[in-house]
Amino acid sequence: MDRRNFLARSAALGCSLAASPLVTPVSFAATPGDARLVVIILRGGMDGLDVVAPYGDPDFDALGRPGPDMEGGAFDLDGRFALHGALAPLRPLWQAGDLGFAHAVSIPYRDKRSHFDGQDLLEAGVAASDAPLPDDGWLNRLVQHLPGASAETAYAIGGEPLRILSGPAPVNRWTPEADLRLSPQAILLTQRVMQSDPLMAAALDSAFALAGGDGDGLAFSGSPGDMMAAMRDDMMAPRDRHRPGRVLAEFAGAQLRDAARIACYSLNGWDTHKAQERHLALSLEQLSDSLLALQEALGPEAWAKTTVAAVTEFGRTARWNGTQGTDHGTGGAMVLAGGALRGGRVITDWPGLGDGALYEGRDLRPTRDLRAHLAWLLHGQFGIGRSTLETTVFPGVDMGSDPGLLL
Amino acid sequence: MYDPVLADIRYGCGRSPRIAAPDSTKALLAGLTAPDAMARDFPIMAFDSFSKDLVVNAYTLGRISRLTRDTEAEELALDQIRRLKRRARKLQSEWLVAQVARRMNSATPLRERLESFWADHFTARGKANVMIQAGSPYVESAIRPHLARRFEDMLIAVTTHPLMLHYLDQHASAGPNSPQALKYPGKKGLNENLAREVLELHTLGVDGPYTQTDVRQLAELLTGLAFTAEGGTEFRRPLAEPGAETVLGKNYGGDRPARLEDIHAALRDLARHPVTARHVAGKLAVHFVADTPEAELVSAMETAWLDTNGDLMAVYRAMLDHPAAWDPRPANAKQPLDFIASACRALDVPQDMLRKRVGIALIQPMRLMGQVWQQPPGPDGLPEADDAWLTPQGLAARLQWGFAMPQALLGALPDPRDFVETALGSRAPAEVRFAAGAAETRADGIGVVLASPAFQRM
Repeated sequence: MDRRNFLARSAALGCSLAASPLVTPVSFAATPGDARLVVIILRGGMDGLDVVAPYGDPDFDALGRPGPDMEGGAFDLDGRFALHGALAPLRPLWQAGDLGFAHAVSIPYRDKRSHFDGQDLLEAGVAASDAPLPDDGWLNRLVQHLPGASAETAYAIGGEPLRILSGPAPVNRWTPEADLRLSPQAILLTQRVMQSDPLMAAALDSAFALAGGDGDGLAFSGSPGDMMAAMRDDMMAPRDRHRPGRVLAEFAGAQLRDAARIACYSLNGWDTHKAQERHLALSLEQLSDSLLALQEALGPEAWAKTTVAAVTEFGRTARWNGTQGTDHGTGGAMVLAGGALRGGRVITDWPGLGDGALYEGRDLRPTRDLRAHLAWLLHGQFGIGRSTLETTVFPGVDMGSDPGLLL
Repeated sequence: MYDPVLADIRYGCGRSPRIAAPDSTKALLAGLTAPDAMARDFPIMAFDSFSKDLVVNAYTLGRISRLTRDTEAEELALDQIRRLKRRARKLQSEWLVAQVARRMNSATPLRERLESFWADHFTARGKANVMIQAGSPYVESAIRPHLARRFEDMLIAVTTHPLMLHYLDQHASAGPNSPQALKYPGKKGLNENLAREVLELHTLGVDGPYTQTDVRQLAELLTGLAFTAEGGTEFRRPLAEPGAETVLGKNYGGDRPARLEDIHAALRDLARHPVTARHVAGKLAVHFVADTPEAELVSAMETAWLDTNGDLMAVYRAMLDHPAAWDPRPANAKQPLDFIASACRALDVPQDMLRKRVGIALIQPMRLMGQVWQQPPGPDGLPEADDAWLTPQGLAARLQWGFAMPQALLGALPDPRDFVETALGSRAPAEVRFAAGAAETRADGIGVVLASPAFQRM
């Protein structure tokens, strides 16, 4: 929330609140530069071979997959790959170079193919091993090494714990489901009873600022019944599978326009064992909505400084299974977006899809550690040194050559 | 010293308009050995019934579906698995309602609070299939019967429990020289997970006097612990490491074949260890009294532990007999379940409403407050520090509940000026009484009482 909105909101509550010593204006912390990073975790294992379909590969047809629906909005990317029809609304982004993909990538996790372990490793940023997982996530380690970072720099958004941002560096956690609508008088009375408790008073100030900064104000002037309904509606929002992507992105965008530089949220629904065509399309619509909402909420200036990386714990089996879906696999795709991206490309060291080329004869073979691309993004956007990236942020990653992801 | 209002708030489940607080420390403690009326009135399935019914069925159906791949029978089996999982989820939410109902209706509420404490100290969760929903049956069977016994009884029950063996991978562990490991070289081997957590979390604590060698030796001693869905825990000698193991300088087992009793003996010694006494007594004090409890309080509890070989009643008594336990200043932040259940107790919410609204009234708000029901972040359980809970999001979710949910759960809201008395009694601060009376609507008045530090803290 910017200062003007904050004051306007305070004024709307009446002079008594604006003048109240209980209302501390948000601090204007130094920011670590202009670059913004959004990480979207696609939980469930997105099928990279369906989203960015290698329909030009000679072995593609033998996989028994339906293939890109060119009549239904799918479009060719570079002669070899086609983008899934449900992402058709992103075509302008692709044409503007604000959308790209890395293909045949995965985290260093093989063979067990568990969502639980895969997501833990993806968020921890480490390779699978017998050692216990580190307590912190890789985005938190990034914040620890970001010069000028403050408590306002990073936001974990949504109801999940998001271990990717857990760790010693302070981060903000907020979910739009916790949005508050209170009568002006309830706001004042709550502040008054919190006065005796510094920890609660400070948390309350931040909560009110966050709830007021999401576009639908904290103070609610309707009837008590309407207010209850509005608040229940906020609590229920995640049950409507079409909304979270947009709601989370709008909140992220609003923070990133202001003092935040890093935001993370997750989108669910990628575990398409059955009737994949129907389920995947719904999840992709949500991703597409979310990216467009983010672009809109950021505005052209901040969007130009932004990269988005949408990552998943593993890809899926190359062949279609017996229930018109796919099972847990290995290599997959990463979705990249943002005005800072040198997009319009599918970056890949393509392994092919023939029987010998597939990993264990069943999955797309990963040819690059997903973390290497992420490391290059952090290097380019935030100037984090290569040795810090290879030893601390992503321990053990081999960054290899620069894929040139950024403009 | 003893204050019945504070006793209800700090050592109970909050104040109730129907149920009087125990009138002395003695009465508070006597509740722990009284017949368990709440378990009778709001039953939760025992773990072995859960296992014999749901887990056995899930395994059988899983086997059928694998044997009938790509046939109609597979579809049928998969459909049954889905139904079974749905039933398990439904039971899990019914047991959450039962747990809240116990907190709302108990005349011996310290029992409910201790159950939550120990369930968290011995965090275990299912990782796959219907085991994911086994949390309440585990607590009902391995924790609740031992609340007023010796620590070692609970430690043994928990460490050998199927859910713990499953959670911390013990059932897959084989001694490096066990018959199984020798038969399947490179496939079967030692897993240190449970042994490490027993030392690091459950007994001595992370700063305790153990080495990696002790972890390894205890891991080898624990080999053989396994379970079946039908029969529960069993000791499988083919997995057990032959010969003696040395844990903290003492030998267990030896010439004779490996036996379960050697594992029990090591756990009993760990339970009585002075460092365990200090670590676990300190945790109890942190949970019930304050994030940084007075050193004298903890040493009184530690002494009681050592004098009685870990008789938990003696340890609780030492805590409640200490003046620091009755410091009148509001102390620990309520955890999400504490907050919601104490609000329900003060509001006397009808149980059928809780059952109908279990998602929106219990599970989802608890998640927003930071407690994902029966999905703890790791074996170390929930955080104790107040600032882990009183975050902007956590507090917003508490306000959201307090201002909106009572209206949704009750036909008619009480007068906020009466409610402040019900909920806080003599501990209601002047500003909270004022706010309850000054609110424009009943819902706002109730909301501001529930939001207040006097209600949010214990």
